[in-house]
Amino acid sequence: MSAEAMAKRSLLAAIADEDSVTGLLLAGVGQVSNEAGKETNFLTVIPGKTSTDDIEEAFDRFTSKRDDIAILLINQHLADLIRYKVDNYTAAFPAILEIPSKDHPYDPEKDSILKKVRRLFGE
Amino acid sequence: MSGAGNREAVFPTRMTLGVMKGKLKGAQQGHSLLKRKSEALTKRFRDITQRIDDAKRKMGRVMQTAAFSLAEVQYATGDNISYQVSESVQKARFQVKAKQENVSGVYLPTFESHINEDINDFKLTGLGRGGQQVQRAKLVYTKAVETLVELASLQTAFIILDEVIKVTNRRVNAIEHVIIPRTENTISYINSELDELDREEFYRLKKVQEKKQENAAAAEIEEKLKKASDLEKEKASQKKHDLLPATTEENVLLEQNAAEDLDKKVKGDDDLLKDDEEDVIF
Repeated sequence: MSAEAMAKRSLLAAIADEDSVTGLLLAGVGQVSNEAGKETNFLTVIPGKTSTDDIEEAFDRFTSKRDDIAILLINQHLADLIRYKVDNYTAAFPAILEIPSKDHPYDPEKDSILKKVRRLFGE
Repeated sequence: MSGAGNREAVFPTRMTLGVMKGKLKGAQQGHSLLKRKSEALTKRFRDITQRIDDAKRKMGRVMQTAAFSLAEVQYATGDNISYQVSESVQKARFQVKAKQENVSGVYLPTFESHINEDINDFKLTGLGRGGQQVQRAKLVYTKAVETLVELASLQTAFIILDEVIKVTNRRVNAIEHVIIPRTENTISYINSELDELDREEFYRLKKVQEKKQENAAAAEIEEKLKKASDLEKEKASQKKHDLLPATTEENVLLEQNAAEDLDKKVKGDDDLLKDDEEDVIF
């Protein structure tokens, strides 16, 4: 990982439900541009309207297609929908962070990183 | 795996032995260095996992507070501000900068929060009602995202360290279980081969020595006999000179006896003497 490639990554991305996205946008992580493939750096998941395929597609877009994202925040209950993808994701950049949502409290048992930690220490 | 046959294909010479010994020393030194590196990294790694665990728990609390403040905003503004917020987003105010930190030769990236105060996309949000709550929610969420960024750098460090530790341990094991035994095998092979050569050489020298000694002994015996016969000849001739003037029968007989005695003494050693003897007496 070269320093230049890292310096380029300065944005946070989010795949989250409406409330979490609103909060994150209020904090000022949102970036909208006219560039193709980089329209928004957040995906609002609305139950019943956003399909798992959409989430998967956004996950791929944020992790592999875009090169300006340093951290991807994803709601844990949404990460569960694409668990196999999240668990198989091994690259260091962008870092994937599972965050709790308002309706779904955080469960450390499901977190892919904490799972790795536990596996390493044989618990 | 580390059987007797497992060795490098080298020609067993003293020079290769020297090279192999150097290699073994280097491998041992490299092994100890890598082992120490791996230990240092593991220490760091455990530290990080501990911090990740704590940070994840902290994140749970922080996000809960943040969600609560958002609920306050929604209560204060009355209507759904989500749409308004997502529509007014232009540029990222909250960005991260990646920095590198060096831990025993491994570059670990760390993210640093960077807030550009000039950008404010939500000037009009909450203008009608609940502006104070919106400002508060903004602050709380900024704090929360800062915690998330911190956690993300820990997590990135975790992933990278995990990978590096695996590679280092693989190297340590490869040196310990493959390279060192193989070099040792090669050294013992060269040693045994050199010993074999030594033994062969020693045996050859011994053989040569034996042959030489044999020759020398044979030469000595010959020399002795020659001397003895010379002496006898001398004696005999002297006796002849002494006794001939007397010329008595008895004397001749005596002389003959003496000669026979002498003959008996030397007899069995060589045939040459017999010829000599006859010459001497008659």
